[in-house]
Amino acid sequence: MSHSPYLRQARSVRQIMLHVLIALLPGVLAWSWQFGVGVLVQLGLATVTAVAAEALMLRLRGRPVAMYVGDLSAVVTAWLIALTLPSIAPWWIVVVATLTAIVVAKHLYGGLGQNPFNPAMVAFCTMIVAFPALMSQWPAAGLDVSHQLDLIFGGHRQLDAITAATPLDALRTGLREGGADARVAEIMQGSAFGAVGGAGWEWVVAGFGLGGLYLLWQRVITWHLPLAFLATMAAISLLLWGMHPERFASPLLHLASGGTMLAAFFIVTDPVSGATTPRGKLVFAGGVAFIAYMIRSFGNYPDGIAFAVLLMNICVPLIDMNTQPAVFGHKRGSR
Amino acid sequence: MLEALLVMAGIALVLGAGLGYAAIRFKVQGDPLVDKIDAILPQTQCGQCGFPGCRPYANAIADGDADINQCPPGGDEGVRKLADLLGREYKPLNEEHGVEKPKCVAIIDEQTCIGCTLCIQACPVDAIVGAAKQMHTVVEAECTGCELCIAPCPVDCITMEPIPETVQNWKWKYPTIPISRAA
Amino acid sequence: MLAKLFKFHGGVKPDSRKTASTQRPIAPLPLAPQLVVPLHQSIGGTPRPMVAAGERVLKGQPIGAAEGPVSAAVHAPTSGIVRAIEERTMPHPSGLAAACVVIESDGEDRWIEREPIPWQSMPGDELRDFLRDAGVVGLGGATFPSHIKLRPGDKPTHTLVLNGAECEPFITCDDMLMRERAGEIVRGALIMARMLRVERVLIGIEDNKPEAIAAMREAAREGVEVVAIPTLYPAGGEKQLLRVLTGVEVAAGRRPVEFGLQCFNVGTAYRVARAIDHAEPLISRIVTVAGNVEAPGNFEVAIGTPIDALLAAGKPLPGTDRILMGGPMMGFALPTTTAPVVKGTNCILVGDPTLLPPPPPEMACIRCGTCAQHCPADLQPFELYWYGRAHNFGKAQEYHLFDCIECGCCSYVCPSNIPLVDYFRYTKGEIWAREREKSAADSARERFEARNERQEREKREKAEKLAAKAAATRQKLADKEDAGDAPAAPATSPAEEAKKALIAAALERAKQQKSQVRPRNTDNLSADKLAEIDEIEARRTQPPGATIEPPESK
Ligand code: SF4
Ligand code: SF4
Ligand code: SF4
Ligand code: SF4
Repeated sequence: MSHSPYLRQARSVRQIMLHVLIALLPGVLAWSWQFGVGVLVQLGLATVTAVAAEALMLRLRGRPVAMYVGDLSAVVTAWLIALTLPSIAPWWIVVVATLTAIVVAKHLYGGLGQNPFNPAMVAFCTMIVAFPALMSQWPAAGLDVSHQLDLIFGGHRQLDAITAATPLDALRTGLREGGADARVAEIMQGSAFGAVGGAGWEWVVAGFGLGGLYLLWQRVITWHLPLAFLATMAAISLLLWGMHPERFASPLLHLASGGTMLAAFFIVTDPVSGATTPRGKLVFAGGVAFIAYMIRSFGNYPDGIAFAVLLMNICVPLIDMNTQPAVFGHKRGSR
Repeated sequence: MLEALLVMAGIALVLGAGLGYAAIRFKVQGDPLVDKIDAILPQTQCGQCGFPGCRPYANAIADGDADINQCPPGGDEGVRKLADLLGREYKPLNEEHGVEKPKCVAIIDEQTCIGCTLCIQACPVDAIVGAAKQMHTVVEAECTGCELCIAPCPVDCITMEPIPETVQNWKWKYPTIPISRAA
Repeated sequence: MLAKLFKFHGGVKPDSRKTASTQRPIAPLPLAPQLVVPLHQSIGGTPRPMVAAGERVLKGQPIGAAEGPVSAAVHAPTSGIVRAIEERTMPHPSGLAAACVVIESDGEDRWIEREPIPWQSMPGDELRDFLRDAGVVGLGGATFPSHIKLRPGDKPTHTLVLNGAECEPFITCDDMLMRERAGEIVRGALIMARMLRVERVLIGIEDNKPEAIAAMREAAREGVEVVAIPTLYPAGGEKQLLRVLTGVEVAAGRRPVEFGLQCFNVGTAYRVARAIDHAEPLISRIVTVAGNVEAPGNFEVAIGTPIDALLAAGKPLPGTDRILMGGPMMGFALPTTTAPVVKGTNCILVGDPTLLPPPPPEMACIRCGTCAQHCPADLQPFELYWYGRAHNFGKAQEYHLFDCIECGCCSYVCPSNIPLVDYFRYTKGEIWAREREKSAADSARERFEARNERQEREKREKAEKLAAKAAATRQKLADKEDAGDAPAAPATSPAEEAKKALIAAALERAKQQKSQVRPRNTDNLSADKLAEIDEIEARRTQPPGATIEPPESK
């Protein structure tokens, strides 16, 4: 017999995940509009792989398959992977990344709710460490469909003509090659850059931002994580840019390029591996933004969000433990 | 290489000596370990562990003379707690000392009792009241259920009754999902 | 005047579904032929029965007297004959039985002699005793004896709060009471205000009960303020309501009175007025019958009436799959409907699978924090759940498990359908059981040690006496024989002997213990044992003061 409360008005995990998928759509659309349909192919590939792997793992672990596949959490992970990998990465990269996420990062740790690390970010980091070259080839805007499919499924890769660096990548390379004489402003005249961020990427970023607002509106996420993330990112980049505008990119570039928006609304907001208390969320997202900025600006990788997320994932138990909200009747002033 | 080894060994030595010194220097007076063990034991004082009471058993455990799985009233949970406290491996209760039983209290059949006072003397916690040649009775709240009073009674008038579940001591069960919906 | 209102964290807004049962006035429920009045109907000691089977009782006659400092009397709800005092199934989730007085109604419903009391001139203690003996307890659900809460605290109490929030869905008994009997509620409030010496009375009512608010405003007097509060479950929780109305957050483990506040349910205020003005003890209450019934409504029911009788009045519709006592958020499914209505029964909710859908399967916690966002106690339910499941009770307490008011908000919103509150109830029960065991063990240890000490002392005293006697004998002998070497050493020897004998006896007992499957005791006793018994017998038959020789060594 069940006990009280006998009423429930919960959004199921499935509904929550559906909202997330819906929220991802504007960004996806902008992406395929700007950079071709490769990303859609990758999404499909990742989804199929993820669902199959999830079902298999659930069966192996003796869990109700339909119930947990139906929660769509694997699909969300798959989409996030597909959206963080280059959309012209070969198909097997997508498959291996997805398998890594679902099998290793999720199920080997005990399945939904138990994974200490964000599965999509584990997958991304594994790939970027294992295949650094393939992971840095991004399509140039306007690359046609057959070309993209060829790159994803075909064998040979003639790249230079058709790929482009992401804006952050271009900035890093430019700064490095230019040595002490390099100027951010000059580098940003390059083709990889648009009005505020990367050429074409501005639209994608706007799309993800829109999706994020949708999630906030639907109360799937609270404001703490995205705000702390974006604000920290803006604050540090403003500080360094203010001191050395010629060496550091403007906050605008940082906010409008790379995975910043995706991370702010979809990646740091992963409930399972992130902090849960309100203050903990601020610390967590702020920490991710800080580490990500440091890696971006001083490290060896063009974008460090994934590493930053994993690093902060480790700290989550500590953060949560130390940011417990005061319990009713234990607050100051109620003595 | 050798140098490194030597350095490591040296550090180990120094640290070890320091620790050893600290252990002697800061040794806590009295034996809090016995108290901690005693706090885990159920204080039934039944002697089933082979010692005349919980405290002696606690002493024996602390001295390494007795194993941690000899107290049936403490049951499985008690063994686990002891294992936890002492950092030892859990092992199931030693059947030689008895098995875990639901908690009982002694009831004296007042019709049969001849007032011999033998049970009074046997009871480790003075839970039986009465006077010579008068009817005796068990103060249920104080009875630990040790059964020590049963054997001495010459007329066999003491029985052990399990403590009944009442509205006051009833507990919510661990939540379970009905089978029909588990699929 | 509009009071400034405060907020509490979290809360949920379930569909209130209160209209169905407020369509008709409170109706008296016809008297049942047999009433089963449980003795234990309030928090605290179980009242001791004052009647015996076969005895005739009148309506309002006390049948159970308050026992211990926290307790309240129970009374015969009608006149008739006591058939038995026996264990009957209680309206309790356990379905266990407890002592009840079974009264067969004689149909006359004849009152016991009553006279109103001069409460204004009565000393406070007498008045409180009067309320205790009238069986007045909190009717909001906790059934805490009211007289205790009416003792002025060390600090002056400044505000008396009446709880008319009634935040649970379906329940309307307080709503209807306020609509129909506002005058007496206010009167009760004023009496209590006077007992507590407070000037200000606030009556908090959720704003989804405009009729009740209007009726109460109409009845309100000088110093009584009716405040409409936002509808948000659980605004009717005592500490939540105090927070909303006064902004004071009553600290954990403390009582409102320590903050100059006191809070009663409106139903309790009504009963206080009835008790004092009409000398009418708490023998009936208003119960909502709602849910999947043809005739939802509120009934004035005699305590002890079988719930079946209430259901007969409400007429459950087909499809009914369970009967709850209380509301859907905090109530419980009744194991049987033969159980009686008690002082704490506010609602009988008839459920069917559409009204109270069976819970979807429990899934893994995704740490989304939704539960924490809605917890009115600012807890982290998912952490509590985690530790409760892992049987890590210490941690659960560290995360303030005992501040959980079991309101159910967390379970209500959890996307993984985890029955969080079930885990909390389980964990709390386990912790309580352990604490009980712990304190029992502590007292056993103390008693054991005291006994050992006593035995030691007795032994010592005996040995000393013996030694003195032996010395005296020797002295005598020595005197006789004129030999000079008076012994000093033997003084310890008898003590040692006695000790040895005791150890031997204890060992024997232990041996006996191990082999004691055989029921007979006397015929397999060893010689030692028999000797010991003889010794005790001998000691018993000796006149006091006389000593006997200790058993010789063997
Ligand atoms: S077996 Fe009996 S005497 Fe020994 S520790 Fe357990 S309860 Fe105490
Ligand atoms: S009454 Fe009997 S069972 Fe209870 S504590 Fe005393 S000796 Fe043990
Ligand atoms: S609402 Fe449910 S799933 Fe979410 S954190 Fe709380 S217990 Fe976990
Ligand atoms: S039941 Fe307890 S933990 Fe859950 S919301 Fe209510 S107070 Fe918080």
